[in-house]
Amino acid sequence: MTSRRAFLKASGALVIRFALGPRLALAQDRPAALPGSLNANRLLDAWLSIAPNGTVTIFTGKIELGQGIATALSQIAADELDLEPTRIEVVTGDTARTPNEGHTAGSLSVEHSGTALRFACAEAREILLSAAAAKLGVPAAELSVKDGTVTGPRGTHLTYGDLVRDVDFKREATARVKPKPPSEHRWVGTSLARRDIPKKFTGGAAYVQDVRLPGMVFGRVVRPPSPGARLTSVDEAAVRRLPGVVAVVRDGSFLAVAALREEQAIRARDALKQSAKWEETAALPPSGDALYRQLMSSPLPAQTVAEKTTATAAAPVKTLDALYTRPYQCHGSLGPSCAVAQWQERTLTVWTHSQGVFPLRADLAKAFGIEPGHIRCIHLEGAGCYGHNGADDVALDAALLARATDGRPVKLQWMRDDEFMWEPYGSAMAMRLSGGLDAEGNVVAWTHELWSHPHSTRPGSSAGVNLLAARHLARPFPPVPPADVPQPSGGSDRNAIPLYDFPNVRVVKHYLPEAPLRTSALRTLGGYANVFALESFVDELAAAGGADPVEFRLRHLKDSRARAVVEAAAQRAGWRPHAKGDGVRGRGIAFAKYKNLAAYCAMAADVEVERQSGRVSVTRVVAAVDAGQIVNPDGVINQIEGGIIQSTSWTLKEAVRFDRTRVTTRSWADYPIVRFTEAPEVEVVLLDRPDERFLGVGEGAQGPTAAAIANALANATGTRVRALPFTPERVRQAMAALTPP
Amino acid sequence: MASFTLRVNGESRTVSVESDTPLLYVLRNDLELNGPKFGCGLAQCGACTVLVDDKPVRSCVTPVASVAKGGITTIEGLGSVERLHPLQRAFIEEQACQCGYCGNGMVMSAKALLDRNPRPSEREIKAALNGHLCRCASHNRIVRAVQRAAQEMRP
Ligand code: FES
Ligand code: FES
Repeated sequence: MTSRRAFLKASGALVIRFALGPRLALAQDRPAALPGSLNANRLLDAWLSIAPNGTVTIFTGKIELGQGIATALSQIAADELDLEPTRIEVVTGDTARTPNEGHTAGSLSVEHSGTALRFACAEAREILLSAAAAKLGVPAAELSVKDGTVTGPRGTHLTYGDLVRDVDFKREATARVKPKPPSEHRWVGTSLARRDIPKKFTGGAAYVQDVRLPGMVFGRVVRPPSPGARLTSVDEAAVRRLPGVVAVVRDGSFLAVAALREEQAIRARDALKQSAKWEETAALPPSGDALYRQLMSSPLPAQTVAEKTTATAAAPVKTLDALYTRPYQCHGSLGPSCAVAQWQERTLTVWTHSQGVFPLRADLAKAFGIEPGHIRCIHLEGAGCYGHNGADDVALDAALLARATDGRPVKLQWMRDDEFMWEPYGSAMAMRLSGGLDAEGNVVAWTHELWSHPHSTRPGSSAGVNLLAARHLARPFPPVPPADVPQPSGGSDRNAIPLYDFPNVRVVKHYLPEAPLRTSALRTLGGYANVFALESFVDELAAAGGADPVEFRLRHLKDSRARAVVEAAAQRAGWRPHAKGDGVRGRGIAFAKYKNLAAYCAMAADVEVERQSGRVSVTRVVAAVDAGQIVNPDGVINQIEGGIIQSTSWTLKEAVRFDRTRVTTRSWADYPIVRFTEAPEVEVVLLDRPDERFLGVGEGAQGPTAAAIANALANATGTRVRALPFTPERVRQAMAALTPP
Repeated sequence: MASFTLRVNGESRTVSVESDTPLLYVLRNDLELNGPKFGCGLAQCGACTVLVDDKPVRSCVTPVASVAKGGITTIEGLGSVERLHPLQRAFIEEQACQCGYCGNGMVMSAKALLDRNPRPSEREIKAALNGHLCRCASHNRIVRAVQRAAQEMRP
């Protein structure tokens, strides 16, 4: 199948290129459906426009969140238009200017937006060429284009800018112009430097936090001390008299303050906190093992996610079962959520780092009872979010407060404790796995049962108003629990269906829509916990059958691309079959295809355990990734590296703390994350397949990292730890419980 | 309110604020500098780091009155897109961030490190930056960027 293999070097990482014979990556057999997000936004001018100076602006409904999407999309457009990327401007999520592409989530931006832009730009180029042909009086076939200049046979030329008046992109895209084959790409496949980076290291205005508008005031919100608390009294008048205070807004249990200066707003917030009286209820779940017992005692009926039976399969001669758990975990954005809001007459403008400006606008419209057309949401970057954090919530906070500032814009940033206590967490989960081996040590039975709260309560995910303050208002919008994200991508059950060829498989979920702590999308949804459990259990079964973990995986994997990443990771890491850990050091492998639909990712992790303390260090991780056609190799490597180290942090350290009433995680002191001295060395091998379609990669590392660490820890110590995170205490206890041989 | 004349990036700037106002808000709001960031306000993350007399300080917990005599340097004072400081250039060349929100603090603490130790080992770089958090987990790229800058700045 592989006809050519080339080895490329990109920023210290290995890129292995697989090129297939010529074949169309995206077949056009259904004329009505258009590719990617073009299908829902069918006009060409929704995607691009040309200025008289020849600059092309491309529009995407997706947003930049430090994943490099603006750069990647400019590369795709540059190739189709034959234009230097420096002549391309990228406008991201803005309800007044860009197509509606929903949320920027699920590692789908290149698949959705990149595919749409690729076809739109290919078509635009052809339209430009035929306009140039008419103008120059030569057949289009005799024209060539270089950096936006169209040249005819006798050297006559026109720039795209010269053609502005001759073309009309206000027409439906047809997607009939075939995009360029990978062999003609000049920009796609190269590590073009990201366009968002220079301003970030020079103090440029790069974030919503950097917005400064005439007359702008500063806002802060005063959240209840616990979920479900009700505000009974507060001395607003005293706070109104504090220096600089412009407005105090109280609406039910929603409380916020605006002041001329930021430190004045913070002081006023403290004063409101001091004087506010709340009625609280002990509505939170227990901690520790009791948390999972409660989760698993749900009386709701189980739902079958997948079922496969093979009557001819042998009966198991050996069976195993194991329970894995994952606590509530934080996004923990480095910069607390922030928004700027301004009311002018009856129209609202919000500058926001929401991952979905259109869904946010829809929920804001519901909250204020106005038409979405009267609201404009403009995306600007915030600190990295890794899913649904407080970005949308703070937009409503700012808009509620800005109603009281007489048209003055309000910049409202959450304080650190607002973010830790009120961001929606990644749900706690329990996964019970059982399996059986036949006499040859092959898996003949596999069951994965899971318990989870929602993984997507973003704006637009249910009929309610999915913005935090809406539930605190005097006339509240009670949250409407969302349905689980359905398969094939899945939500709580994301990646719960094994990609291995097991003859009997049953996957069952207990989806608990009512969550005592607010939960939503955290990078991979249920995928992190499910892959942790699934890939840990694969190792447990391999061990039960005396098999090597790599050989065992390959034996059960038919998908050739899956096999290729497992083999590449093992080879690059120097995998030694059946190697035993020495009590301190160990190595583990794990694999997943994110969502069972996106990038393939396998990795080998090396750990070292301090036996006295139980402290685990992850020293090195080698990952192999197949993301189909790669637009920007360094961008992919950056996502995978970051994913591995972030997941190492989740896996070794992170859990939200709470008592029966309040969340007690308030600052970084309560929520330690991995630091420089704890970050593993990372190496990424990319398997580039330019003839395959794009596969989202941004979340691919999270699950396999956790399992590779778990497997390495088991390899090192002979002890299987099944509860996340692997804190020193837990690891120490697990080692102590191990009866000496 | 009191009046303070600060020396920021080599220029004198006068502001009228309460004396206990954290330096961060003076820099961001009065002087309109975007570099220093609010991350925690608790001296825990490092996003707000600036140099006062070449030493890194956490501007979120530094009262403006306490630095009225010192020379303050923010990332804007190191260089601009047109005239990059070697550290800024190295961070850009290594593409050493995802969101970049931590980047200000990383660069400023790295500046202080290289000023006192032009040839830091990898271990010394990690130690110098260990009080800075990066949630996107760009740690290894950041270390490479500091190594690259150190190379370039070597006399
Ligand atoms: S904002 Fe100053 S240390 Fe975090
Ligand atoms: S790059 Fe996002 S916090 Fe460091």
